[in-house]
Amino acid sequence: MAQRARPLSPFLHYRWQYTNTLSILHRITGVLLSLGYLVLVYWLAAVAAGAERYRAAMDTLSSPLAQLVLLGAAFSFCYHLLNGVRHLFFDLGHGFERGTARASGWAVAIGALLLGVILWFAVRAGLGGAA
Amino acid sequence: MSLRSPLRRVTGHGSAKGGVAHWYAQRVSAVALVLLGLWLVVSLATLGGASHARVVQWLSSPIASALAVLLVLTAAYHALLGLQVVVEDYVADKGTRVGVLLAIKFALAVAAVIGVLAVLRIAFGVAA
Repeated sequence: MAQRARPLSPFLHYRWQYTNTLSILHRITGVLLSLGYLVLVYWLAAVAAGAERYRAAMDTLSSPLAQLVLLGAAFSFCYHLLNGVRHLFFDLGHGFERGTARASGWAVAIGALLLGVILWFAVRAGLGGAA
Repeated sequence: MSLRSPLRRVTGHGSAKGGVAHWYAQRVSAVALVLLGLWLVVSLATLGGASHARVVQWLSSPIASALAVLLVLTAAYHALLGLQVVVEDYVADKGTRVGVLLAIKFALAVAAVIGVLAVLRIAFGVAA
């Protein structure tokens, strides 16, 4: 006799869709920004340590690997900021309609990609080509 | 009058326990960080090819150093609240969880103190 189908735990049968993608990205970018916070503190400490140490720190930060990390940080900043504001509107009870939530989700994703690259270039330029 | 049973009170297992304060603090610090974060990136982007002297000049103005201290403290607090939720959600073993949370708290406290001291050194003209 065939066993009766039992209900499965939610994570076993929920469809992967934009809502949980945006949600997990918010967490991932938040964790990345916590690491970016350490870079900010490192930079501030370098400024406080004098011109020579600052130049050395800026050399470190302009290596290709560091620049890639900073590009990730710039995207994370924009994503977490935009999606964070989106969630603040959710908290106030706005934007839950299916169409609105989907549109704001797309706006956050595309906006973060565009603004992230712009931010990376802008900070590089602002700090003398060495972000 | 509390609707919780005496047993619930003893064991401390309510529906949400003290979660509201954490939830609210996360939002308050988020709103502050929207403003402080935008201030930081706009400032960095408009430094105009910054030499060390230019960065020091910018950060030593009273408003910039005040905002920088606020940013360093608020960001550490917001990061602590956020990382705590992530760790509590994904680290099942209680001993590991407590250890990781302690490590995160200590690391963020050290980073925040270094950041604040750095800004103060710049603000008070100690930075060469």
